[in-house]
Amino acid sequence: MATYTTNEFRSGLKLMIDGSPFAIIECEFVKPGKGQAFARVKLRNLQTRRVVERTYKTGETVEAADVMDTEMQYLYSDGEQWHFMHPETYEQVSANADAVGEAAKWLQDQDMVTVTLWNNSPIDVVPPNFVELAITETDPGVRGDTASGGVKPATLSTGAVVKVPLFVETGEVIKVDTRTGAYVSRVKN
Amino acid sequence: MVDCVDSQQWRPKASVVQLRRRAEIYRQVREFFHARGVLEVETPILSRFGNTDPNIESYIAWANTRDAHPKINPAGGGAAGDAEYWYLHTSPEFGMKRLLAAGVGPIYQLCKVFRHAEFGRFHNTEFSMLEWYRPGFSYQALMDEVADLVRCLSGEDECLGVEKISYAQAFQATTGIDPHNASLDELKDFVRSRGQHVQGLAMDDRDGWLDLLMGNYVQPELGQGKLTFVYDFPASRAALARVREGSLPLAERFELFINGVELANGYQELTCAREMRRRFKREQEIRKNNNQLSVDYDRYLISAGEHGLPDSAGVALGMDRLVLHICKQDSLQKVLAFNQKNA
Repeated sequence: MATYTTNEFRSGLKLMIDGSPFAIIECEFVKPGKGQAFARVKLRNLQTRRVVERTYKTGETVEAADVMDTEMQYLYSDGEQWHFMHPETYEQVSANADAVGEAAKWLQDQDMVTVTLWNNSPIDVVPPNFVELAITETDPGVRGDTASGGVKPATLSTGAVVKVPLFVETGEVIKVDTRTGAYVSRVKN
Repeated sequence: MVDCVDSQQWRPKASVVQLRRRAEIYRQVREFFHARGVLEVETPILSRFGNTDPNIESYIAWANTRDAHPKINPAGGGAAGDAEYWYLHTSPEFGMKRLLAAGVGPIYQLCKVFRHAEFGRFHNTEFSMLEWYRPGFSYQALMDEVADLVRCLSGEDECLGVEKISYAQAFQATTGIDPHNASLDELKDFVRSRGQHVQGLAMDDRDGWLDLLMGNYVQPELGQGKLTFVYDFPASRAALARVREGSLPLAERFELFINGVELANGYQELTCAREMRRRFKREQEIRKNNNQLSVDYDRYLISAGEHGLPDSAGVALGMDRLVLHICKQDSLQKVLAFNQKNA
């Protein structure tokens, strides 16, 4: 069983707490003068995504989590499972709705995404920061209409709904920031 | 061997402007002590003897030769055999006290010290210490001199208030707990009530729990917008400070806090050689029980104590943290030329 000591703690390190995999977000070293030192850590549960805090006496060892982030290609979904493939080994994994989470609304066939694997099972899927998606449905914008704040909702090919400027029309391809769900720009072909 | 480093890692951490400000502060420190007749000294970084404190791990050094290197010559090299190895000092305390015993008078030193596994916003393995000793001063008087130094370096327009409170008062004010009399359960309940999950602290380690509370709850509240001196620590936290006997023995020790960060640690120095030896041996015992590597205590210091140490107050101040405070930075990494990650 691989372990880490508190000396090795840094942002991004993956470890096990009470049987669940966590990633360190932040680590602060707390030491009163001439006293015992403690590492105060903020961690994210990689399955539930909840953030917790733990304090460790320095020198403590923790179990490493067999967690890896891998770039994989999205293949398809049958509504219950989402299927991904490793581009070099052609190995496939399938992830359920919990693991895919918000990423589901941005995934297009053949997109490269980051899949977090724990003991070789997907627990998290992160889409690329920017995706280019076609608008399947949006109202025609009325020039000069500022009542709506200059934006209107648009449905994209994946089913996601994004606020777009009034001049953008159905059928156009737009660039979206998946981290915020915000329209970035139109994509010229 | 490290073959490749990130191509930008050669760059300094602190800006040139920051480095100039640091040099200016050093110049002012020297002027401060020159004006007061305190002599600058240098004592060795390498010593045959080390710091027995179980909460500090030292670095050791040996020559990079086939004879001395413990990996190449395990029988004769490193800490195991008779071959030469040295401890890098964690503070210049021992050398400076030997000078005091020799009658050198009031002295100060600006030097690098080394402590394993300390890295973060306010820690770097290798850091700069300003340490000085005042024969004939009480620790209360030395607190005043520390305040004078910090205020002088902070500039005329920084009218920093000074507050002096006892360890018990500091604890009471921030946690409502009496640190000298509270039961271990009271300490644990407090931590639990704050939802803090702690791992690795033995259930019966009262000093450890006090340290946890001190570091996480008391300390962050101290010195907010002013200099807060905390004095009179529990006897168990005396290190080499004199303990004032009584119904509640207290260590005549003080710490200075600014904005929740500890800047200095000072004592009414213990002058009794026998008590020094007793404390070192006790620390060695604790290291042994914790399965830590043993450390040889300083025989030269004991001899100096037997010869006679003048009654003195001494203080160690973290220069990097002082520079950080004066230059209003938020991390040690911004005031160091390079840190241990790119040294």
